[in-house]
Amino acid sequence: MDDTQLIPHLFRTEYRKIVSVLCKYFGLGGIENAEDIASETFLTAAQSWGLNGIPPNPTAWLYSVAKNKAKNYLQRHDLFREKITPALQSGISPMRPGEVDLSPHNIIDSQLQMMFAICHPSISGEAQIGLSLRILCGFGIEEIADAFLTNKETINKRLFRAKEQLREGKIKIELPGPLEIESRLSPVLTTIYLLFNEGYYSISRDKPLHKDLCLEAMRLCTMLIENKQTNQPQVNALLSLMCFHASRFDARLDDNDRIILYEEQDTSLWNTDLISKGGYFLRCAAAGDKLSKYHLEAGIAYWNTQRADTKEKWENILQFYNRLLQIEYSPIAALNRTYALSKANGKQEAILAAEKLELTDNHFYFALLGELYTSIDNAKARINFQKAYSLAKTQADKQAIQKKLDKL
Amino acid sequence: MDEYLILMRLDIITKEAQPSPEQLQVYMKQYHDWVGGIAAQNKFVGGTALSTEGKVIKPKNVITDGPFAEVKESIAGFITIRAKDFDEAVSLAGQCPILGGEGNSVEVRRITGGHNG
Repeated sequence: MDDTQLIPHLFRTEYRKIVSVLCKYFGLGGIENAEDIASETFLTAAQSWGLNGIPPNPTAWLYSVAKNKAKNYLQRHDLFREKITPALQSGISPMRPGEVDLSPHNIIDSQLQMMFAICHPSISGEAQIGLSLRILCGFGIEEIADAFLTNKETINKRLFRAKEQLREGKIKIELPGPLEIESRLSPVLTTIYLLFNEGYYSISRDKPLHKDLCLEAMRLCTMLIENKQTNQPQVNALLSLMCFHASRFDARLDDNDRIILYEEQDTSLWNTDLISKGGYFLRCAAAGDKLSKYHLEAGIAYWNTQRADTKEKWENILQFYNRLLQIEYSPIAALNRTYALSKANGKQEAILAAEKLELTDNHFYFALLGELYTSIDNAKARINFQKAYSLAKTQADKQAIQKKLDKL
Repeated sequence: MDEYLILMRLDIITKEAQPSPEQLQVYMKQYHDWVGGIAAQNKFVGGTALSTEGKVIKPKNVITDGPFAEVKESIAGFITIRAKDFDEAVSLAGQCPILGGEGNSVEVRRITGGHNG
């Protein structure tokens, strides 16, 4: 990693740690102060490292600067008297300034607790994602605005409101009790899953792959697995699913950041380490008797790491989709299920099923119909591909459909 | 959209009427593909297959073995679906693969009451 990438990289991995640990001292009421101190720490780093070169242990350097800034801040701003003292009295924050504990153990604990605080059921889903991107993934306001296809002002408002909800809800930074853990895990997993998807599929909107976002999502999930209380089967299933998808990172984009379709990918670029990791976590996920949607999606993702078009592959994928759709319907799952149906049971049956889906505002729907009619009724295939073309929103999608039309 | 109950009735008791393990595998696939097709249209609400054992309770606490009124009409499973009218519900239920078997039947009932009025 060269010097220009080091600070952005550290920002991604260390920002959340500093904010999480400091929030344990300030309480969520002081979340903005914690963010300010973390941001200033990186500003100081950028200035100092630019002049003096990078220190031998950049992370330790950041922690020590953050500690000092926190200490000064607490002394300068009477925060201790106004906020920490009442907090101390209510037992929330047992630490004293000057003892900011940035040990690995406390960092991990604080981040986990922060995840549960941010994904508290009293906070709206949109706010959870926004806060997670900001606090847990260290994303800038502009990057979040990009991810949501909106402007900075909207995101600022949304984050402001989210932090208000955190304060008003008097949410504590702590792990839920054993009885609650399963229900509280659900929104945490949803957030991680959405973060990953945001990174993985952002390409479809003419954006480069946000690989960083995917890696962050995997890191957060790994933290849950490394903690005994949160190491549940569905968490392992989610990590497995992400590993399988991530195994194609290097194969799915060409040199110009254009997406390469699955069938055209160079399988030698598929990451076999990630595929075996995915397999490992899928086996871990098999404990227990509950089948979550993450289990089913991980099963599908597993079969997608097998390129060969075998009957077994498509039959398995079809059955996973059959069950997934019963747990949670989505148009994309319905379309993928129909594609698997054509591979497992033949095109005729799949055409009948596809015509019933009626997803007529979705260009993937017409692309699927085009695909199914190809070589059965090429005139119909053409009409459907043309509809898909006119509905497609991005250049990349239009190009892919044009290719299919040219082939007819 | 209303909700409809689809009751699947078939002989799950008589030994000679039971499929071989290989046949059963085929039937299960057909069944799952049928339910998956309904779910892909976002019309699946809930439901499941049932085990073959069961008890029938009658007045005066008379309890008998068996989940059936008539052997040929034991309930093998049920699902609830969403449909815009009875015709659509019947057409979805009519694709149920158990109807390939002689003597089997599928019953469609509209669910009333609650929020579905």
